[in-house]
Amino acid sequence: MAEPILVAKDIRKSFTDPVEVEILHGINFSVQKGEFASIIGKSGCGKSTLLYILSTMDTDYKGELWIDGEEMSKKSEKELARVRNKKIGFVFQFHYLLNEFSVLKNVMLPALKLNELSEEEIKENALKKLEVLGIRNLADKPANQLSGGQKQRVAIARSLINNPAIIMADEPTGNLDTANSRIVYETFKELSELFQQTLLVVTHDPSFAEGTTRIIEMEDGNIIRH
Amino acid sequence: MKLLLQIALTLLRARLKQTIVAAVGVTFGITMFVTLLSFMSGLNKMLDGLIGNRTAHVRLYNEIKVSAKQPIKLAYPDTSAHHFISSVKASNARLEIYNANKILQTLDKDERVLGYSRRLSSQVFFNTGASDITGFLSGIDPEKEVSYFHFEDYITLGNAIDVKQIPNSIILGKPLAETLMAEIGDVVQVTTPNGERFQLKVVALYQSGIADYDKTQSFASLSTVQKVTGKGNAYITDIQVKLKDILMAPKVAKEYGGIFDLDAIDIQAANSQFETGTQVRTIISYAVGITLLIVAGFGIYNILNMMIYEKMDTIAILKATGFAGRDVKRVFLMISVIIGLVGCAAGLVFSVLLTTAISKIPFNSAAVPTVKTFPVDMNPIYFVIALVFTFATTWFAGWFPARKASKIDPVIIIRGK
Repeated sequence: MAEPILVAKDIRKSFTDPVEVEILHGINFSVQKGEFASIIGKSGCGKSTLLYILSTMDTDYKGELWIDGEEMSKKSEKELARVRNKKIGFVFQFHYLLNEFSVLKNVMLPALKLNELSEEEIKENALKKLEVLGIRNLADKPANQLSGGQKQRVAIARSLINNPAIIMADEPTGNLDTANSRIVYETFKELSELFQQTLLVVTHDPSFAEGTTRIIEMEDGNIIRH
Repeated sequence: MKLLLQIALTLLRARLKQTIVAAVGVTFGITMFVTLLSFMSGLNKMLDGLIGNRTAHVRLYNEIKVSAKQPIKLAYPDTSAHHFISSVKASNARLEIYNANKILQTLDKDERVLGYSRRLSSQVFFNTGASDITGFLSGIDPEKEVSYFHFEDYITLGNAIDVKQIPNSIILGKPLAETLMAEIGDVVQVTTPNGERFQLKVVALYQSGIADYDKTQSFASLSTVQKVTGKGNAYITDIQVKLKDILMAPKVAKEYGGIFDLDAIDIQAANSQFETGTQVRTIISYAVGITLLIVAGFGIYNILNMMIYEKMDTIAILKATGFAGRDVKRVFLMISVIIGLVGCAAGLVFSVLLTTAISKIPFNSAAVPTVKTFPVDMNPIYFVIALVFTFATTWFAGWFPARKASKIDPVIIIRGK
């Protein structure tokens, strides 16, 4: 039986400003190892909010969150930072590379922070990840000279550097044209099939969701299909 | 730590222009601070020197005064009554310091004394044509005056030591010499209060900067003045003592006054207004200097604040990829301190250049004939103060923005897009 990487138990989230509105009404679901899951739903249904909670960046919620067998809601800010560093890879809609650094350095940074390998080994790993994504030739370029599609692939390479338990992506194709969206999708697909990488992707692109192995559909703060 | 430093340096390099502007703010503050203090301290020392160099730390002398014990008081010791009669006037006053040799031996042995100089002052008349000019003739030890009281600094023409080597020679105040129409090598005639006349050869001119004093003052060797006034070779009226530590002067003066039964006055009592002036000037220069540094600190604070608003994305991404709030805070603190230290280093270099430039500017003053350019006193302690203060200011200037950065929630930034 597959082991669960991520378990959400009765997660509730309210915004209190200007009036208290509950936007997540007790979310229960889990993601198994090796799954390529997508969360879909209309704008405002709470899917991004849920992802931020799942990614430990938003700590203002009720309920339980387990990642790789560990409970998250009682951890300190520092411990959560370490969890994000080691266990979770991130891909955002707007690429979010550090423009001041080269592509290679961007990919290396999370591993340097983790500080488990020597700088040479990290560099080698980073180059391997870039190789997998077919952008090794860009390694020495400054991050701000890349096209949108290239940036997104660098972001994916970065999310892979610490061999995370799960990669979370927030609308990774939301800001890309069809061709680049295709490439990003293929990349995720490949990671899932070749490396059994666990993936959780928030998207509102139906064709992207169709290609994943599991679709979680949300509506008005509830999961209606999974 | 090394990684955070690397990130800080990369962020600094990415906004090189802004970094330089911030550092220049610090550089300016430090340059002005060190230069100002050096310049003020130089001027202060010069002004202090005006009085301090040639004034004895402790002066021992006899003053003409009425007896403290009036006969009426001896007869009626009742202190509750007021005595209207104090008929015994000051008389037979001895200006001479008695038993001078014994006193000088005691001074030789005293650890606190750096050196001393004997003096013999007498009133004389300088004769020019039909008129007599009242003046003072001081007998001095030229060598001791030179080594302890910077006497040669006030000699505008000629050589102070000549007064000892050439018999019957005199040093005249410059305005006095002008009145007498005397130049070096000329002979002037002086008349003592007893009516005796002496011919003295002018060997040097003296200018203290205090015009009234220079108009009447002249110097000769101790033996010459003893001869002129018809006194023996032990006769002196003044002992000028220089101490190792000027702050000891009041205590030593009190002690000597008691032991030797003489009038003893210390430099602080004699020139108290001067002391206050020095203190006030020092306070002013420090106040201005520290204000400059604080202004520079605010500059850093502003620029870091701006930088953090610009680097929101960077902060969010660092946090999302596993950097804790503390790491982010450290990065921004490092940025601040690096700006501060680089700016400070440049400031110290510039301040050396600037003070050197100031010390080359011509400055002529009648009061200080030996000073030809602006005085500058470069004290290494100013460098240390500047360095410590920059470190502290930039640390605090960086701390608040850095703390703010560490508290930023990445979700808010990412969602805000």
